[in-house]
Formats: sequence, structure tokens, C-alpha cells
Amino acid sequence: MRRAGVVALNTFREAVRDRVLYNLVFFALLMIAASVAVGQISIGIEQTVIVSLGLSAISVIGLLISIFLGVALVSKEMDKRTLYALLAKPVRRSEFLLGKFAGLVLTLAVNTAAMALGLLLAMLYVKHSLERSDTVVLVAVYFILLKLALIVALALLFSCFTTPLLAILFTVGLYIAGLYVQELRNLPIEVMSPAMSAFTKWLSYLLPNFENFNVMAMAAHGRVVPGALILQNTWYTVVYCTIVLTAAAAVFSRRNLK
Amino acid sequence: MPDPAIEIENLTKEYPFGFLHLKKRTSLEGLSMQVEMGDVFGFIGPNGAGKSTTIKLLTGLIFPTAGSARILGKPISDVEMHRDIGYLPEQPYFYDYLTAAEVLDYFARFHDLTAANRKDRVDRMLKKVGLETARKIQLRKYSKGMLQRVGLAQAILHDPKVVILDEPMSGLDPVGRREVRDIILELKKDGKTVMFSTHILSDAETLCDRVGVIVGGELRGVGAPGTLVNMKTLGMEILFELTKQSNVPLLSSATRTGECYRLQVPEQELYGAIEQLRGAGARILSVSQVKATLEEFFMNLVEADRAQGAAVEVSGQ
Repeated sequence: MRRAGVVALNTFREAVRDRVLYNLVFFALLMIAASVAVGQISIGIEQTVIVSLGLSAISVIGLLISIFLGVALVSKEMDKRTLYALLAKPVRRSEFLLGKFAGLVLTLAVNTAAMALGLLLAMLYVKHSLERSDTVVLVAVYFILLKLALIVALALLFSCFTTPLLAILFTVGLYIAGLYVQELRNLPIEVMSPAMSAFTKWLSYLLPNFENFNVMAMAAHGRVVPGALILQNTWYTVVYCTIVLTAAAAVFSRRNLK
Repeated sequence: MPDPAIEIENLTKEYPFGFLHLKKRTSLEGLSMQVEMGDVFGFIGPNGAGKSTTIKLLTGLIFPTAGSARILGKPISDVEMHRDIGYLPEQPYFYDYLTAAEVLDYFARFHDLTAANRKDRVDRMLKKVGLETARKIQLRKYSKGMLQRVGLAQAILHDPKVVILDEPMSGLDPVGRREVRDIILELKKDGKTVMFSTHILSDAETLCDRVGVIVGGELRGVGAPGTLVNMKTLGMEILFELTKQSNVPLLSSATRTGECYRLQVPEQELYGAIEQLRGAGARILSVSQVKATLEEFFMNLVEADRAQGAAVEVSGQ
């Protein structure tokens, strides 16, 4: 575990030195522009607009980082052969993977936290004050971070056995499919054969359910997110990530580094 | 007798290829050998012979199709074995956003060293490989030779008992090569076992207690450089000058360099040849035994392998 921590801190350092956190400048500019504009073009719905825009930006920026850097976590190390010297040290491949995963999640956490702070400042500017109910925005940001952790785990799994391009396509494909899990469960099963019905049901539980993480509308309208949902999403992410990372470790532990 | 540092038994590596991965290419076939404790062992062979494959198998970067290997008595699949080995990859590349001191500190952290111990070792290693003044420069600004030095430093940073170096002289200028040679000799003096692959046969000849010659994925010879070389005695060489024009039959097989002629004859024909030359008025300058060099031994094996490859190709098998 300590060795995974060493890898994680180095992954975080890599992200910082490779200027990944520069996206925060873009986010800050977006928030400043939106705050100024929202006061002039919308009356009474400033909070809805600024929260929706802010959370969407946090989600999109996070998605881009988690997919592209998630895939590069392993493939870049193999392409550049930086992994060779490392794996000759007393470190298990599973520890290396866990470290890379934790390092990118740490990067995303710092990045998301900074953007959340920016969003709160923009809300303060627009509303002139923050209320207790505004904490729902932080819950929405937390859910985005959980979603990103899941995406990083998936990207890491795919990059362990295929090319970076395919890994990106698989991750994006699975993310899009995961947004429609509820629709898949609600398909009119009576018109399907029993086998097809069973397959659809099985598939809907196998796919990552990203729909549960979307509380943007609740946050934009200041509605409270139930504690049970917070617990459920946290637990779901932990279990799903554990399963995906275990599969990634199983694949990567057998991979020949050419 | 102490256990060997490295024991390899019937190690084989095949790579599947083709659309469905149904065909197999053999990179290493039934390699069996030992490297004794405290030896400097040179692994020589042409490109694609299987040197790097063997080293990657030993360091756990790839997995054998068949066979097994042990380092210091531990199987190569045991991650704890890595505590006692140091490895320099071929054409090493490290995190280019780190400085030399940072990358060494990073690798040292995997060896459970205290912060003070890490700092001390990093300082000593940077000094040893001549990168003291470049310690705070990011590796993206390093030359190939400097990266090779960082690679060497990270391989010996934790004072390993067995050091495995893949082409350690690659990319180094003569000064750098000399420094690497000195480091290898220093490791030997400290009782470490060193195994290194190289194309530079003179390095293997001067540094190694034993060498292994690998060609086409198969080990073709193991032993002390002298022992291997003596397997091919090439005869005697006579160096002479001709004081007058003469028509010695042997002259046609001699090589002329300036005013001197060199003639190589089998050992048993030496005296007959000398008599003939003296009869023709030649002045004998020297007579010496022709010893086959490691390079000649190596080249003979490579040529034989190529000829065999061509024969297989022609017969269509």
C-alpha cells in the first residue's frame, strides 16, 4: 500500500508539472464571464443558470481529463518505457496500477475542489450571499468526482489490454451507455423474448450507472439530495472501482512488456 | 560451494503473431546457464539474438513460455527478489518532468530507506556517475549519455547483490564507457554479481570472468573469454621482409603491408614455411601465435547461423 502511495504522489506531481491544472484558468475565466453575463440576461434564475453552467463545466473538464489521462496512465509508461526500471523494483504490478489510479483521482479531486470553490465564488457574486441550501452544490460536485473516479478505473482497465485510441473509444462508449441504464431497465420487456429480456436486465446491472450521479437539476434548484443517495453512490463507486481495478490488475499482471 | 547468483533452466520465450495469434516466433529457446556469485558475466550476441529477452525475463518484465529461473535462490516471479537486484534497461528513459535527484529519490522510496539514507545515497550515486552538477536539471533536457548514467545510478542505488545491465555502454562516449567499465569493476570488487549484455566484444573480453554467446535465441557457448577463444586456434603468423625480388610460392598467400609481409600458416607447417622464406632470402621479423579473438569466435557463430538460416530458406522448411 505504501508503494502504491509513492506511485500515486508521483502521478500527481506529473499532472501538476505537465500543466494539467491549467484548465482551472479556463474555468475561472468562464465563471467570471458567466457571472457578469447572468446578471444582465436573466432575472430571478441567476442561481439556476450559474449552477448549471458551473457544474456542467466541472463535469466536462473532469471527463476530458479522466478519459485522456486515464488511458495514458499505463500506455504512456509502456510507450516511453519508463515502466521498465520501475517494475524491476520491489513493486507489484497491482500496486503500480492502484498508485496510478489514486494519483489521477487525487489530481481530479484537487482540480474539482478548486473549480467548486470558483463556482461558489461566482454564486456569491451573483447572489451576494450563500445559504445553507447551497451545500447541495458541493454534493453535486462530490457526485461528479465519484463519476470521474469510475471513468478513470474504466480507462485504466481498457488501456491495460488495448491501444490508447481504442481504450478512449471504449471508455467514451461505456460512459454514454452508462447514462442510459435506467432506459435499458425500463424497456418494454413484454415484447421481447425471455432470453433477450434476461440479457437486457443483466446488461443494465453490469454497465456503470452514471445516471445516479446526475443531481445537477436538484442542485440548480436548491433541492436537498437525500443522504441515502450519497451513501449509495459512494458505496457503488467503491465497489465498482474495486471490481474494475481488480480486473485491470489481473490483465496487466500477465502482460508482456515488449 | 555457494549457490549460483543466477540459475536459468530451459528458459523459453515464444511470441504469438499473425491475425489470430496462431503463429509463434521463438525469441529464446531452452536457455540453461548459471552465473556464479561475484562474477562479471557478459552476454553477447547480435541484434535480435535474445539477450534483452533473457534480461527482461529475469527482471519480470515478460513471462516465460517454458522453463524457470532463480536469482539468489528466489524464483523470478517473486517480487521480493527485486530487493536484491538492480536493473538498467536498454536505452533507458525516465520521467522527463523530474530532475535526476528526484528520479533517484523516487526509485529509492521503493526500497524502504529512511529520508536521510535516501538523500545520502542519491548524492553518492550522482557523484559516482558524474551528474552532480546536473542534479537539478529536468531529465527532458538530458542527452542520451546522461540518461544512461541516470539509469546506471538507479540500478545500483539500493546496493543490490546482483546487477543486470542491458547494453550499459550504449550511447556513451569513450569517457563514459570508461567510467561504466570502472563502475562494473568496482561492483565486482565489492563482491557484487554483474550480468551485462553488450555488442562491444572488447568490453566483454576485458571485464568478464565468463561470457555467454547467444545467437538466434540459442546459447552457443559459455565460459571464460579465453576458454571460448582457445576452442579456435588459428595457427602461426610470420612477419617478414624481402631483401630481394624472389619467387617464393608462399608469397601468394601472404598479405603485404608497406615493406612487410604477413603470412599465416598452420602450427605444424611453421618450420617448413620459415625454411622456404629463408631460402628465398627473406628476413624474418617475428613469429607469433595467432589467437582467435572473442570477436572471431562470435563472428563464426553468427556466420554459421546465417548460413543455416539461408539453407532452411532455400529448402523451404
